[in-house]
Amino acid sequence: MNKYTERLYNGLIKENPTMVLMLGMCPTLAVSKFAMNGIYMGLSTTAVLVFSNLIISLLRRVIPNEVRLPAYIVIVASLVTVTELLIKAYLPAADEALGLYIPLIVVNCIILGRAEAYANKHEPGLAIMDGLGMGLGFTVALTLAGILRELLGQGTVFGIQVLPDSVSPVGIFAQAPGAFLVIALFIAFMNAIGIKTRQRQLVENDGCSGNCAACAMSCDERKEEAK
Amino acid sequence: MKSLLLILISGALINNVVLNQFLGICSFLGVSKQMKASASLGVAVIFVITIASAVASLLYDYVLVPFNLTFMRTIVFILVIAALVQIVEMFLKKTSPAIYKALGIFLPLITTNCAVLGVAIDNAKFGYTFVESVVSGFGVAVGYTIAIVLLAGIRSRIREEDLPAPLRGAPIVLISAALMSIAFMGFSKLSF
Repeated sequence: MNKYTERLYNGLIKENPTMVLMLGMCPTLAVSKFAMNGIYMGLSTTAVLVFSNLIISLLRRVIPNEVRLPAYIVIVASLVTVTELLIKAYLPAADEALGLYIPLIVVNCIILGRAEAYANKHEPGLAIMDGLGMGLGFTVALTLAGILRELLGQGTVFGIQVLPDSVSPVGIFAQAPGAFLVIALFIAFMNAIGIKTRQRQLVENDGCSGNCAACAMSCDERKEEAK
Repeated sequence: MKSLLLILISGALINNVVLNQFLGICSFLGVSKQMKASASLGVAVIFVITIASAVASLLYDYVLVPFNLTFMRTIVFILVIAALVQIVEMFLKKTSPAIYKALGIFLPLITTNCAVLGVAIDNAKFGYTFVESVVSGFGVAVGYTIAIVLLAGIRSRIREEDLPAPLRGAPIVLISAALMSIAFMGFSKLSF
């Protein structure tokens, strides 16, 4: 496996952003009602992630270290705006299904996290592959959660009836509580079969061990200040 | 008056930002371990979201709309929120060190809290006036605080329980959140 395909493997399996690193929980919970939404949301995020990684990697010697986070935020926000307008124009179905969650890709921890952890230290080719791997890992996780929730809540997968009529779907999975339950089941299943996840980070941060690059960064400054 | 009350109740209870809209999940799950920390975070969030909705609403109505730049709202709002959090932090540090000490570590966490940006964008999308935006921001933040304080209370009980191993940690917290979400669904029957 060369270093480019290694990046894809890393994003899809080894450090899957949703299932292993437990990043980007808001969109995971919010759009998992239908399997199709997972694909829309995942691919929009992948597009933003690939381009933000590319631009940040190209500019890694230009952006001064002190102002790098505001610079990253502007780059990501611009890309998200472009994506939002393109989706509005060409994929009205996705716009209707995702609504508010498209502009909120800006604050998705995965994007700033990859910029900070990978793209600003590596060459553009590798950064693109890293963005692609992470983005596809996110897409796969969202779609799996969507398939499970749609199947349990409505008896369909991608809108196609799967469960026979005699089995009535569990309505609660189609509503807000179902999102929490499906993710809880996912993590419990991974625990049961012994896959190590960073779930401690998800439920035990005191404000300074947060997994978002932006929060972690300002915490480093604070610790230095305390010295 | 009635519509303002409706916006407030709807933001705080009916469309609860965490349990129904799934915004601000990171800090909701992360900082709900202790009651005291989660209450402090809640206060900081109320503070920041209310100010941020006010500033974002003014900017939207008096800068973005007249210059036909409404498509720029995501960029403008996220920058305003990031700058605002910094200013609030510096202001608190200078004027009231006691509050700064209690809320300080949570302020940077709020910049990346999607609830702040979500409220600002929603206010712009629904065409709320300045007063309505402030009330809506305050209501949403109160809803966030209610949810996180309740979850912290539940988690302090869970800690004593003997759970099956795979459910320990994140899964049981998420299941508690699901049960809270079911309870909050009851509010959707509130009508005026």
